[in-house]
Amino acid sequence: MPKRTDIKKILIIGSGPIIIGQACEFDYSGAQAVKALKEEGYKVVLINSNPATIMTDPELADATYIEPLTVEFLEKVIVKEKPDAVLPTMGGQTGLNLAVEAYEQGVFTRHNVEMIGAKYEAIKKAENREEFKRAMQKVGLDLPKSNFAYSVEEAEKVAEKIGYPVIVRASFTLGGSGSGICNNPEELRATARMGLDYSMVHEILIEESILGWKEFELEVMRDHKDNFVVICSIENLDPMGVHTGDSITVAPAQTLTDREYQRMRDAARKVMSEIGIETGGSNVQFAVDPKTGRMVIIEMNPRVSRSSALASKATGFPIAKFAAKLAVGLTLDEIPNDITKHTPASFEPTIDYCVVKIPRFAFEKFEGVDDRLTTQMKSVGEAMSIGRTFKEALQKGLRSLETKRFGLGGDGKDKVLDQALETREEYLQFIKTVPHRKEFREKIMAYAKTPREDRIFYLKYAYLAGYTTEEIYRHTSVDPWFLAQLKQIIDMEQELLQAKGNTQTQETMMRKAKEYGFSDRQLAFYWGLREGDVRKKRKKLGIKPVYKLVDTCAAEFKAYTPYFYSTYEEEDEANPSKRKKVMILGGGPNRIGQGIEFDYCCVHAVLALKKMGYETIMVNSNPETVSTDYDTSDKLFFEPLTLEDVLNIYENEKPLGVILQLGGQTPLNLAKALEANGVRILGTSVKAIDRAEDRDKFKRLLHKIQLSQPANGIATSLEEACEVAKKIGYPVVVRPSYVLGGRAMEIAYDESSLKKYMKKAVEASGKHPVLIDKFLEDATEMDVDLISDGKTAVVGAVMEHIEEAGIHSGDSASVIPPFSVARETVEEIIFKTKQIAKELQVVGLMNVQYAIQKGQVYCLEVNPRASRTVPFVSKTIGVPLAKLAAQLMVGKTLKDLKFTEEISPKHVAVKESVFPFVKFPGVDIILSPEMKSTGEVMGIDKDFGKAFYKSQDAAMSRIPKKGTVFISVKDSDKPKIPEIARAFHRLGFKVVSTKGTAQVLRDYRVPVQEILKITEGSPNIADWVRNKKMDLIINTPSGKGPMLDEGKIRSLAVSFNIPCITTVSAARAAVRGLQAVRDDELDVKSIHDYHGVKMLKG
Amino acid sequence: MSKAVLALEDGVWFEGESFGADGEVFGEVVFNTGLTGYQEILTDPSYKGQMVAMTYPHIGNYGINHADVESSRPWVEGFIVKELSPIVSNYRSEMTLEQYLKKHNILGIQGIDTRKLVKHLRTVGAKKAVISTRELDPKKLVKKAKKSPSIVGVDLVKEVMNPKVYDFTEVMPAEFAWGDSQKKRYDVVAIDSGIKWNILRKLNQHGFNVKVVPASATASEILKYKPHGVFLSNGPGDPSAVKYLVKTVKDLIGKVPMFGICLGHQMIGQALGGKTFKLKFGHHGNNHPVMDLKTRKIEITSQNHNFVVDINTLPKGEVEITHINLNDKTLEGLEHKKYPLFSVQYHPENSPGPHDSDYLFSRFYEMVEKNA
Repeated sequence: MPKRTDIKKILIIGSGPIIIGQACEFDYSGAQAVKALKEEGYKVVLINSNPATIMTDPELADATYIEPLTVEFLEKVIVKEKPDAVLPTMGGQTGLNLAVEAYEQGVFTRHNVEMIGAKYEAIKKAENREEFKRAMQKVGLDLPKSNFAYSVEEAEKVAEKIGYPVIVRASFTLGGSGSGICNNPEELRATARMGLDYSMVHEILIEESILGWKEFELEVMRDHKDNFVVICSIENLDPMGVHTGDSITVAPAQTLTDREYQRMRDAARKVMSEIGIETGGSNVQFAVDPKTGRMVIIEMNPRVSRSSALASKATGFPIAKFAAKLAVGLTLDEIPNDITKHTPASFEPTIDYCVVKIPRFAFEKFEGVDDRLTTQMKSVGEAMSIGRTFKEALQKGLRSLETKRFGLGGDGKDKVLDQALETREEYLQFIKTVPHRKEFREKIMAYAKTPREDRIFYLKYAYLAGYTTEEIYRHTSVDPWFLAQLKQIIDMEQELLQAKGNTQTQETMMRKAKEYGFSDRQLAFYWGLREGDVRKKRKKLGIKPVYKLVDTCAAEFKAYTPYFYSTYEEEDEANPSKRKKVMILGGGPNRIGQGIEFDYCCVHAVLALKKMGYETIMVNSNPETVSTDYDTSDKLFFEPLTLEDVLNIYENEKPLGVILQLGGQTPLNLAKALEANGVRILGTSVKAIDRAEDRDKFKRLLHKIQLSQPANGIATSLEEACEVAKKIGYPVVVRPSYVLGGRAMEIAYDESSLKKYMKKAVEASGKHPVLIDKFLEDATEMDVDLISDGKTAVVGAVMEHIEEAGIHSGDSASVIPPFSVARETVEEIIFKTKQIAKELQVVGLMNVQYAIQKGQVYCLEVNPRASRTVPFVSKTIGVPLAKLAAQLMVGKTLKDLKFTEEISPKHVAVKESVFPFVKFPGVDIILSPEMKSTGEVMGIDKDFGKAFYKSQDAAMSRIPKKGTVFISVKDSDKPKIPEIARAFHRLGFKVVSTKGTAQVLRDYRVPVQEILKITEGSPNIADWVRNKKMDLIINTPSGKGPMLDEGKIRSLAVSFNIPCITTVSAARAAVRGLQAVRDDELDVKSIHDYHGVKMLKG
Repeated sequence: MSKAVLALEDGVWFEGESFGADGEVFGEVVFNTGLTGYQEILTDPSYKGQMVAMTYPHIGNYGINHADVESSRPWVEGFIVKELSPIVSNYRSEMTLEQYLKKHNILGIQGIDTRKLVKHLRTVGAKKAVISTRELDPKKLVKKAKKSPSIVGVDLVKEVMNPKVYDFTEVMPAEFAWGDSQKKRYDVVAIDSGIKWNILRKLNQHGFNVKVVPASATASEILKYKPHGVFLSNGPGDPSAVKYLVKTVKDLIGKVPMFGICLGHQMIGQALGGKTFKLKFGHHGNNHPVMDLKTRKIEITSQNHNFVVDINTLPKGEVEITHINLNDKTLEGLEHKKYPLFSVQYHPENSPGPHDSDYLFSRFYEMVEKNA
């Protein structure tokens, strides 16, 4: 059947900010969906609160609303745009939940909007545990056995029936408390009692334990004619018990016979038709008992997902694009396969390589966090790699992670428990002795058994410690097939280690080692050489990677899509052209401090350069991104972003240069080494980058243009640190040199906290020095994004942070235009920023951070690259800065591009950060110089108050319009709080406080109710939170740690979903927001309307 | 493991390592794109005369078990993979792939750039080839490959069929059984031209008592059993070389309901006056989209054939085209407008492959029931 003609305008819901469990993959799928629907001739309206997305670019949808993803705003957009249909399956769980909520509130019925892609009933059936169970049983599919219990006795009976071990899950608790695995009635009684206590409804679920079973996933599509295809099968290396987002996963499935696989396929088909997914993509998760082959369904997602993005990248089959087309009535046979062109989309991709996905974590940023991997997802990003074999793909994947690893260990970065193995000698000594160290061995096995982020390395250490495959399997349940592959890598490593000094052996082993995925860096480590020497040796032997095509069909048909991966085999398919070409290095896996914003910039560069007629070559390893959509660049290389891998591509393709200032710090860190190897870097020179990044050179630079810097010093030891701090005066900001995202950055108020820090710092930065800066108290922080062609420079925007200096710029809310800083100061900042650009001869983008204290401007840092705020600025001022920057890097001038003057927008835009605290129960939510946010949203409106209010709403910490506000602040904030409390009182809030703050408020005649602290008896503040008797919390931290009342209150607030403001400045902004929305209702306006047609250029 | 060389008649050669048996073997090289199912592929008699290259690089991961075989032994002349698994991991595995090949004296070669081989075959078409562990000089091997006999015009059916008549009673293992029903059972004769056992299991499961006869059986011998239906199986080689079976089919048309698969379909096609021709590199895999022209629904099918019935040579008045391959628009299924007779080029019995086409066995049952 052809596409539907009864609908003309379709609303797509985006997924909002990047959070754990929901990253760039929904920008990738959303952008594809927008393009696909427009291609079919539909008008597309989009709502998404995340400005750092390609999908919210004005070129994509016909009308784009950067507004909060709430029912209220969704309805406003619907009223304004009158779409015929809404597609809710592209925006992750956020989009789906919003659609369900809107449906239940009658929004769609009221405005006559049809849900396409997935119907309400189907979504409910898939998402509701009980309904899902019933549906599965109806079609004869097996699930883990389970039943509810309401008393300990009942729990025992249920468990007896199911058989031990069982898992107890308390219903309706927060943060997963009251759950546990029980091996016998005794454990069950204890856990059940606790679970019943924790559960708000006094209910627990007793479930058959399938921990340790093999975990599989099928990515499937179905159209309304019941045509059904499996796009990809995935097998998890980590067995059941670890969230699939936190597992190392492998495509295709490795250990299923055809009969077993087809049984799974049949089951997935039944699931799709029973749940009623008629048009689109879904994933179905399975667990298989390795001993009996029994297969049970775990869950299904009736929408595109992280794994569908992965499956698309793993196979070359664009699931989201086709899902959008199916949603408007097309069938699979009516859609051509983009890659082969001559065959239809109604086939099942087959692949002739192995794909490995490895999650990326950020535990080091959250003090006191439980870093064990469980069924709650904790990773912040992922890398994918492709190799002809699992061994190759795994090692490539490990060096794609941006964790300074270069493969499965043997890279100088091994750390076994507390023992670092930095040199070859240490490594050899470890290998020699570890099998004889009984206790140490057992500890290693314990680590291999309990999954953490480095479990894969502990599997290796367990082998080195002398355990057999059977033993490791018994303890870890990692399938022996995977273990045997690791063993092959380890055996090869032992041989390589032996070959030190023996040039001939090295040469004979080289090819095989490369086939096994070993990096030059690892070989250098084994052979006591430098990486460059290995490279030279390798090239001399003619051992170079070849590039193979990802083509959906295992080479059966000719493919037209240039999507490549490297391997060491005979035939190269890259076929470099003779065109002028530019290589763009992406940002690698998402992590805190480096996320979607950089991918956005890279994609813009590709688009701009393509338009200019350049062949664009994209290199990246993050499967979630738009940049790794084979549709984006002319040539895509899905490769690790290491010197070796990048050089290999460069030498094969011979582009005229490489752009690395748009992919964040990852490619920038390669600048020097790439240049040393003869690579031409486009844009700002490596020398200039060095001048901005090298501390001494930077100091001289600032001195030259007469710009102040906070007093600072450098220290390599504890004593030195104390001396420096004493000289410049406390408080000081301390951080290791060369870090991103404020890693291990802290404020020390006195010598004892400095000493404490120094002990930890050695761990984070190794032997690198520690930087100590004077901390500017009560200073306002400003951020500037600038673009320059080397001669002229234009400031994109000056942003004022709401939170004061000392809180990482990535975690602050920031506002365009500045709202409190004097005009002259802003002008001074613009002037100085341009001076820096001129001095550094910046070609492209630059970001500078300032602190303003008592009217004095201090420069904090200069980043000679695109910053996190480029998309936010671009969308606020209506100029695609990254696109312009790319053009400057290939020789255009700002004059050519007609961008020579600053833009003063008539509206206000607020960028707010979004945090992952809800995933880390018990972790204190205070903001600090260490970046913790995973994503951002934008609020845009006529004035500051409204824009701020929207930004909070979008960040899922909506400021309540009325109710009770609890205020408790640290001593230094006490003078500032009465004014704020009074404002809340006047806005109709009831103000409550604990003793100290209450006293201050009473002194200033602010009506306040005093309540008890946790230690003062009950009902106390904690009870108030638990009973949701308050609607807003303002609590500024005294910096004394999470163990105190205040820390507990904040983390409780997160658990009970009560908005919690932790700085006075944010509280003040909240007041302004509330005042702004008090009388005037908030309105929605599309980006197109904000900027007119102006933004369409460039 | 010893050094081995795979050489094609057109001069292209690859160096790798042997596994399974050693020696020297000849055959036509084809590739199979299935991610799973190597055991079924090895034991499919249709591969007689051919060496199979698997496009998926890791092969042997789940070992070999007795329940998943498609015949009494492996038939491929040689087996070509990128990497043989060092270990077997599956609860049903009974031996490793290597042990199995060794037991049946089949030569495997690993460690070659299978993708390069596939791209080559895709471009030049299926080629005669040799794998050897005895002779490692590529030039000499290329010459040998050139001289080796072609499968075009050769009757390979006689080499793979079971000469005995027997009743087949095996059923699918319970954990994988589906589509089973308690209905009236009919007698069917299955003509074995290299039949895959899953066809027999499926017939059995779909309500037929199955008697298997060799492809050499004549129409009168078959009719002697008074079957309610006749089934024509898959088989190896050039369909135009199996004249006797075409004759048998001709003699049976109109006398008894018939269902043919693969070679059986080609026999029916020829019996109705159609011609067959050889595809460039054939269809070998589990992911081919076929449209049922009656329902306009797509099924993902398991395929293994080098020859097809030319869609333009079939008599239009008598034959209706029922199925088309969506990749290359070749003929995948037909039925007779007058007589109870239909056939498909692909493998509804799957094994390996998706189960989408199982309905064809039900169609056969309904046809037999109607004519009984």
